[in-house]
Amino acid sequence: MAEAAKHTKRVEIRAPMAGIFYRKPSPDEPSYVEEGDLVKKKQIIALLETMKVFQKVKSPVNGKILEITVENETPLKDDDLMFVIEAD
Amino acid sequence: MTFSKILIANRGEIALRVIRACKELGIGSVAVYSEADTNCLHTRLADERICIGPAVSAKSYLSIENIVNAAKETEAEAIHPGYGYLAENQEFARECESQGLVFIGPTPENLKLAGDKITAKEIVRAAGVPIIPSTPKGIDTIEAAMDLGQALGYPVMIKASGGGGGRGIRVCEREEMLSEEFPVAKMEARAAFGNDELYLEKYIIRPRHIEFQVLADRFGSITHLGERECTIQRRYQKLIEESPSPMLTTELRTTMGNAAVTAAKAVKYFNAGTVEFLVDEDGNYYFMEINARIQVEHPVTELVTGVDLIKEQIRLSSGEKLAYSFTDLNLKGWAIECRINAEDPERNFLPSPGVVEEYHPPGGFGVRLDTHLYQGYELPIFYDSLIGKLITYDLTREGAIRIMKRALEEFKIKPLKTTIPLHLKIMDDSSFKEGSFDTGFITRLMPEEDEDE
Repeated sequence: MAEAAKHTKRVEIRAPMAGIFYRKPSPDEPSYVEEGDLVKKKQIIALLETMKVFQKVKSPVNGKILEITVENETPLKDDDLMFVIEAD
Repeated sequence: MTFSKILIANRGEIALRVIRACKELGIGSVAVYSEADTNCLHTRLADERICIGPAVSAKSYLSIENIVNAAKETEAEAIHPGYGYLAENQEFARECESQGLVFIGPTPENLKLAGDKITAKEIVRAAGVPIIPSTPKGIDTIEAAMDLGQALGYPVMIKASGGGGGRGIRVCEREEMLSEEFPVAKMEARAAFGNDELYLEKYIIRPRHIEFQVLADRFGSITHLGERECTIQRRYQKLIEESPSPMLTTELRTTMGNAAVTAAKAVKYFNAGTVEFLVDEDGNYYFMEINARIQVEHPVTELVTGVDLIKEQIRLSSGEKLAYSFTDLNLKGWAIECRINAEDPERNFLPSPGVVEEYHPPGGFGVRLDTHLYQGYELPIFYDSLIGKLITYDLTREGAIRIMKRALEEFKIKPLKTTIPLHLKIMDDSSFKEGSFDTGFITRLMPEEDEDE
């Protein structure tokens, strides 16, 4: 593990502003990503709704989703942690 | 008959607007609020307040059951829906009726028809009001399209029956473009909407959006109260409205005002409503739709007519008669409204929630401010970004612009990003000052950034 840590980087993705966190594009559809999924840079991983405007949350790196720290439909504050990604 | 108590099924500035009218009329007022709105100003100004559910609008401000129950519990006799939320929901209006509550607004039949734009257009056209010329749906061949295009006159738009909200539209300036674009549009419509049915509509070049306020009583009397110029828009969201319109001649005002009344009569309209038109460069006007509610921009009409539209809504719903016509009103002066939104015009109008740490509202001669903001108020993330309407009035348009500029400069809302700097820029814009603009004004003033970057 210690060996792996040297070669990878933990990237935290935080809310760019207060808003409601959505893991799926609509209630009937599957989540964008699950823990353990591999993601590409600019891939959509969640939505954030603020005052009826939806923003896409995109992965800033190629890597693997280590942690999804909030439940679907949770109201978040500015800068709340949403994802931890292990960057390639 | 008048009401002794009205429940206001809304929040924010429009709830305050209705509460104020109730107070002046000596009518009791009930505010409803969600769990996210315990600090919203309407809950403090109303005589009574009642919680109607959690923060999410679907479970509070949009819950017919919760709102009707709140009205019964507080023994309100009537409900004012404001705008948005349940204001144009015919099921809600019907439920009010069946529960013995007066819905202060149009009839359920009016709401049904206003929501069915195609049928509404057909009824209004049959009454003699022009609509944008278009062809029947389902044009199959290029040859048929070219014949129809010629009959409409260029430019024309190819529209997909399955499209909507601006999607699936191609503008063709000449016949050659139509023959080139038609097959592509057909393939694209099939791919995008699963339906390749196309039709043509006349394309209105550099249109202006002009609407007429109407009022109607229960006995079939209908009048208009002049127009509102609502051409300054971004993505179909109005930013600035004014009355009168800088482009209407007295003659065109009379013609369009009569057309608005004809349209409202044709659909047997009741209470306050707005008849929307597109107007082209040559002054040809086309009926678009009827908005069956009080509108955000109603104050500009109030300032030039002297008529309190909310009080009129209440009065007409209580069964009183309309006692005047447009010519009795003696319109005077000029009113302009700037919508103050918690949005960042520099960052593609992204919302800007947070706590209002510093707040200085403008005042002085000719200034009206409808807002629910106060120092220390935290904007909930759950509701839309309209935080205020700044309206100025003077005898001339130039005077109203000068007052607006001064008032915008006084207005401090920190640290939120708002549309105030954008409005200041518009007040200084030469084509705005000249009154010569069209619906593309904002796109030219603020070219849109790529959504992805």
